[in-house]
Amino acid sequence: MSSLAWQPYWRLFLGGIRQQATYRLAMLGGLIANATFGFLKTAILSATVVAGGGVVGGYDGAMMATYVWVGQGLLGSLNLNGRLDLATRIKSGEVTTDFLRPIDVQGATVATELGKAVYALLPRGVPSVLIGALFVGMGAPSSLSTWLLSVVSLVLGLIVSQTTVYVLATVAFWLIELRGLQTMYMMLSGFLAGLFVPVSLFPGWLEAIAHATPFPSMMQYPIDIFTGHGGVERVAAQVFWLIVTWMAGAALTRAGRKKLEIQGG
Amino acid sequence: MDSAYRAVLASRMRSQRSYRTNFRLDIASSTLIGLIELAEIWVLFHAVGVLGGYSFKEILLVYGIADLCFSLADLVVGHCDNLPTYLRAGTLDVFYLRPQPILAQLITSDISLKRLSRAAVAATCIVVALWLNDIDWTAAKVLLLVLSLVSATLIFTAQYIAAAGLQFFLINGAEATNAFVYGGRYASTQVASVWTNPLKVIFGFVFPMAFAAFIPSLWLLDKPGPAMFPSWLAWATPVMAAWSWGVAMLCWRWGLRHYQGGGG
Repeated sequence: MSSLAWQPYWRLFLGGIRQQATYRLAMLGGLIANATFGFLKTAILSATVVAGGGVVGGYDGAMMATYVWVGQGLLGSLNLNGRLDLATRIKSGEVTTDFLRPIDVQGATVATELGKAVYALLPRGVPSVLIGALFVGMGAPSSLSTWLLSVVSLVLGLIVSQTTVYVLATVAFWLIELRGLQTMYMMLSGFLAGLFVPVSLFPGWLEAIAHATPFPSMMQYPIDIFTGHGGVERVAAQVFWLIVTWMAGAALTRAGRKKLEIQGG
Repeated sequence: MDSAYRAVLASRMRSQRSYRTNFRLDIASSTLIGLIELAEIWVLFHAVGVLGGYSFKEILLVYGIADLCFSLADLVVGHCDNLPTYLRAGTLDVFYLRPQPILAQLITSDISLKRLSRAAVAATCIVVALWLNDIDWTAAKVLLLVLSLVSATLIFTAQYIAAAGLQFFLINGAEATNAFVYGGRYASTQVASVWTNPLKVIFGFVFPMAFAAFIPSLWLLDKPGPAMFPSWLAWATPVMAAWSWGVAMLCWRWGLRHYQGGGG
């Protein structure tokens, strides 16, 4: 693709960043909520490590603290609530104007949301990690390659989070009201992404189920790489889920658009 | 007032049943919320057996009491969370035109039936926990159980109302109040004996989440309490409920006085 074709998506990405930058108070609120949950999670998970004799699910005390605070930091950038403007626009019919524009609806939505996600790393991600480092103490990778792989995995995680929510939003073409599904998504995605308990602490059968979904790609895998619990195979799994969810989203968008045209929307 | 309230409730129920598929999904998803939150706790106890002096069947009692009372509070006042939306849209000004207290109107503005299914999951947990744990029942323990169910519901409703009062100032900062409403709910289902001292002060006495279920469970299960939470404190739950309501009413009045209207 020529560089010109990428330009509108790059602009939308930057627009997403700007949009998010206007909600300063919301960011502060988010940080306070993040930190509160972080301290509560640290307390219960540290007690779990102690009860497990110093190591549980491959995590020692410092690594568990890293898991908690890096996870809390990612929280503001991941869409784990299942809500997306697109679903509202489909419900109201506004999406028809989106289809008239010369850019791809899926590409535009993901680019905007990704912009918001990247911005949120600054006011929510960084302070959350700092609070963890300051009050609890955490571990960090020692090699440069692990740092680089962590960054790649982090970016992939942010994208998979958006492409997966996009698939959910397109269901609105058929269901109209998505609230019930969104609530269900919110619960399952957080649990299976490793938000409250690391996936490696799950009993075997539940861990297998989690790995068979795109959710660990969003949060658990980037943390795994950062804490030395995984490597390139984690990134490969993320790429796999990125392709699957992207293609599913594209197919559902085409089918939904056809449905609108037949109904004369 | 009573018949008007019933009419409002009936219309809410009709409107929620109109999107049938979604209503079923709503019920299913809020049942799932209860089950997944329980699963989060179960996974931890499954991994190590005993946490903070509690086994899974014992924490089941804490989880059941806390979640039942939170669900009931959420059913009655949970939609106070919508206040920022009303504030931005100027809808709140309409409430001023009616001859009823603003808070009463806000509370009746949306009763969400799906929340009942989550309360059902929690109630089941309590029943199972009472059956699994070998509790040495006395009249005092029955009284304490009832007292803590009532107090915990009052404590959670108070958090919602305090949060709503602060929304008049925060509008876009709703997540700050989520820290004590939803963070508090999360705290209330935990074994509070694992908390650090600052957490014990904040979620034990300022936002008295440990009093919702954990501290009463110490007394019901004949357990000695950890530092700062002796088990006799279980009898102080009504005091903590009163404290929560005092703070909530202050926040609400303060917020309402600050509100200048949407300019509509």
